[in-house]
Amino acid sequence: MTVRIVDRRFDSKNKSSVNRSRFIRRFKGQIRKAVAESINRRGVRDLDDGEKISIPAGDIAEPQFVYGQGGVRETVHPGNDRFNSGDLVERPQGGGGGGGQGKGQASQDGEGLDNFVFTLTREEFLDIFFDELALPNLVKRQLTRIEQYKSVRAGYSHSGVPANINLERTMRGAASRRVAIGGPHNKRLRALEEKLKALLESPRPDDEPEIEQLRREIARLRARIEALPFIDPFDLRYNNRIRQPQPTTQAVMFCLLDVSASMDEERKNTAKRFFMLLYLFLKRNYEHIDVVFIRHHTVAEEVDEEDFFTSRKTGGTVVSSALNLMLDIIRARYPSGNWNIYGAQASDGDNWYNDSSICGEVLENSLLPLCQYFAYIEITTGPPQNLWEEYEKLQATHHGQFAMQRIEDITDIYPVFRELFKRKV
Amino acid sequence: MSTPLLAHLPPLPGGSEWTFEAIDRYDEAIGEVARAYNLDCYPHVLEIISAEQMMDAYASIGMPVYYHHWSFGKHFLATEGRYKRGQMGLAYEIVINSDPCIAYLMDENTLPMQALVIAHAAYGHNSFFKGNHLFKQWTSADAIIDYLVFARNYVAHCEERYGVDAVENLLDACHALLNVGVDRYKRWPKQSLEQEKLRQKERAEYLQAQVNDLWRTLPPHHETEEHVQEQRFPKEPEENLLYFIEKNAPLLEPWQREIVRIVRKIGQYFYPQRQTQVMNEGWACFWHYTLLNTMYDQGNLSDGFMLEFLQSHTNVVYQPPYNSPYYSGINPYALGFAMWRDIRRICEKPTDEDREWFPDIAGSDWRETLEYAMQNFKDESFVAQYLSPRLMREFRLFSVLDDDEQENLRISAIHDDPGYRALRHQLAEQYDLGSREPDIQVWNVDLRGDRSLTLRHFAHQRRPLHPSFDSVLEHVANLWGFTVRLERHNADGTVETVNEKKMERRRGT
Repeated sequence: MTVRIVDRRFDSKNKSSVNRSRFIRRFKGQIRKAVAESINRRGVRDLDDGEKISIPAGDIAEPQFVYGQGGVRETVHPGNDRFNSGDLVERPQGGGGGGGQGKGQASQDGEGLDNFVFTLTREEFLDIFFDELALPNLVKRQLTRIEQYKSVRAGYSHSGVPANINLERTMRGAASRRVAIGGPHNKRLRALEEKLKALLESPRPDDEPEIEQLRREIARLRARIEALPFIDPFDLRYNNRIRQPQPTTQAVMFCLLDVSASMDEERKNTAKRFFMLLYLFLKRNYEHIDVVFIRHHTVAEEVDEEDFFTSRKTGGTVVSSALNLMLDIIRARYPSGNWNIYGAQASDGDNWYNDSSICGEVLENSLLPLCQYFAYIEITTGPPQNLWEEYEKLQATHHGQFAMQRIEDITDIYPVFRELFKRKV
Repeated sequence: MSTPLLAHLPPLPGGSEWTFEAIDRYDEAIGEVARAYNLDCYPHVLEIISAEQMMDAYASIGMPVYYHHWSFGKHFLATEGRYKRGQMGLAYEIVINSDPCIAYLMDENTLPMQALVIAHAAYGHNSFFKGNHLFKQWTSADAIIDYLVFARNYVAHCEERYGVDAVENLLDACHALLNVGVDRYKRWPKQSLEQEKLRQKERAEYLQAQVNDLWRTLPPHHETEEHVQEQRFPKEPEENLLYFIEKNAPLLEPWQREIVRIVRKIGQYFYPQRQTQVMNEGWACFWHYTLLNTMYDQGNLSDGFMLEFLQSHTNVVYQPPYNSPYYSGINPYALGFAMWRDIRRICEKPTDEDREWFPDIAGSDWRETLEYAMQNFKDESFVAQYLSPRLMREFRLFSVLDDDEQENLRISAIHDDPGYRALRHQLAEQYDLGSREPDIQVWNVDLRGDRSLTLRHFAHQRRPLHPSFDSVLEHVANLWGFTVRLERHNADGTVETVNEKKMERRRGT
């Protein structure tokens, strides 16, 4: 009797994914909160990994009627090294003393304080990120999928179309096969031939039948060697090509952020999502992306990402200083013939009154002709400021290249990019 | 066992890489030794699965098919996280109490580990499932897989029809009552005809319930009122909350009742496992140890094989002392294995002490004695019957009394002459599910009033319920549809209301 062995390794892969997605669906609220926190921690370009999510274990507990602490309980423990019956022992601190069976429940209490930690995959993470931004489905798909591919050579394969046959490899394989399989026969053939030669050189009358037999044997071996196929389907090798995701070219993204006193943490976090979304879009379309961070109050400066989001200055606001700096940087480092230039500006709308018209001028005459797209968000709940009015004129004349949006809620961000995403669909 | 058993078989393959052929050969050899020991097993199937599938099975209570629920996703994520961080090795075996018995082998294991799992699960656990009275009485090994398939399809069907959220909420509520949703003492008749009749009767009862007097909304007749008020419902308190809700909750739809039933049935299926952990694991360890050692003694296994086997074996049956950082209660594998070995020792080489404590079994045939013990006990009675003074000394057991009204803990018994019986009694009680879990019963339904349901907790040793009872009560109220309250019945006979969940739901809301 032999036992039945079933190989299940290849069926029902990802069987757990349903339960997993159920879990994520169920605790979307908490997970979303954790994702939001993690986004605030992450860099603008750091969107390729999953994320370790930690949610309070109390929220996901599965309650049952069980005993809690207290009352009278007696438990048996192993490893007595010092106690005698009747001894009084101080209660150990930290709840270890309940021990035994009660301990299983005690540790359930303990768990209540800990967090439940698990890892979201990149897809799950982006899904929640997009969800927060209320992106249309088509755009979501477009952003997560890399659509352009380049075919590159990747070794050889056993199967393929005849046009891709690699002759050299095929013949080499065939030769080796013939040597490998024919080898023993050849060796024996040589031995027989030598023996025959020896017999023929010193003929004796009674050798005749033996010679005859040798000849027959040699002929049989020759036939066998002849019968080895010169080329066998097994020998065929094809050039193998695989498709590699291929972003097109290079782009530079300018992040312009107002860091005057009125921009608080929350507004900055909104701005950060705005920049992240643009970055995701660019990443799908371009091979190489530079990101330039420019912050400004009355003067503008180029900073690294760390300073960009953390610093806060006091004083007034001169927006044109940032636009001028952007222009300078483009001229110095990013000649627009080689670079696709994208601008993203976030502000609360405050500006010195007479500066707004300068902004409009700089954008219209210098920046917009160089840029693929320029998006502006005004994060405010108040009435539009003078900068907004100035920009509105631009929107009318540069439709499809310039977008602006007032942001009260984080879901308002997407409309800024609507034109941009539509263009590529 | 004097003549070498496996002499007619070719030598077993060595090395650490497993192949299907090697597994087959080992299974054949182990099976032969098992038969020589008269181990009575279901036929079995070995299934090779990946680590991910093992985690998955692990997360959904070790079953190959099961309905979907977020809590399994949670356990999967937790297991996966720990496994990836290297904090835990996976359990290297899962075995399913079915006929034929299914044992999982993980493809990452080495050949000696596969052989160990085969001996442990496919012969050890398997024979326990077939022989132990609880499993015989409570589970239908031939039907469980079919029932699980039915359950999964039914739940999926309901999700499609009534929405994932509705089903999820219902399952949440049922899961919360899982440990008070089993029949502890009675077992429905097994015969299929009778079962069928029962189902039919239930259906009739359900129809009856539509017009049942219980839920009559007409005003009661005054002349009969006094009499009716005295009549309690249910007449006897009911310990199986899920059963009570399935049969009596006024507002549940038929599909909801069926799902409550599914959860209850599957919970009941696992009830014997929870009652026989020490015996079952110990039995499986005893047999993999005995079978593989027999094979080694007869020269069928290499030294390398034995070293690898013994290393994992000793890890599994290690009992850290109470003051070790690794201590988390008594290891059921360690206790069970030691007890089965000890019983065999008492049979084969009894000391005077053993003759005094175990006159019935000292010097008897060990195989028969073990078989009897395996068939007729559960953890609680097994410990009470067979834990020997010698083993208590070996484990250096001691008992601690924790009374929250006293300042100090008191050592109530240790492994010495006056303490043996108390220790054994105490340890046995520790494995009694009845005292491990709170005793909560359906006490009363206010038929003529607001239809509220009263649960009563019979407090034991003043031990309070874990605060999570509040959310559980919420779930009960959702199932019942009307107000639910929880009372505590104290040792001195007083009754107090612990909590109340107000609820008034109408059909369709």
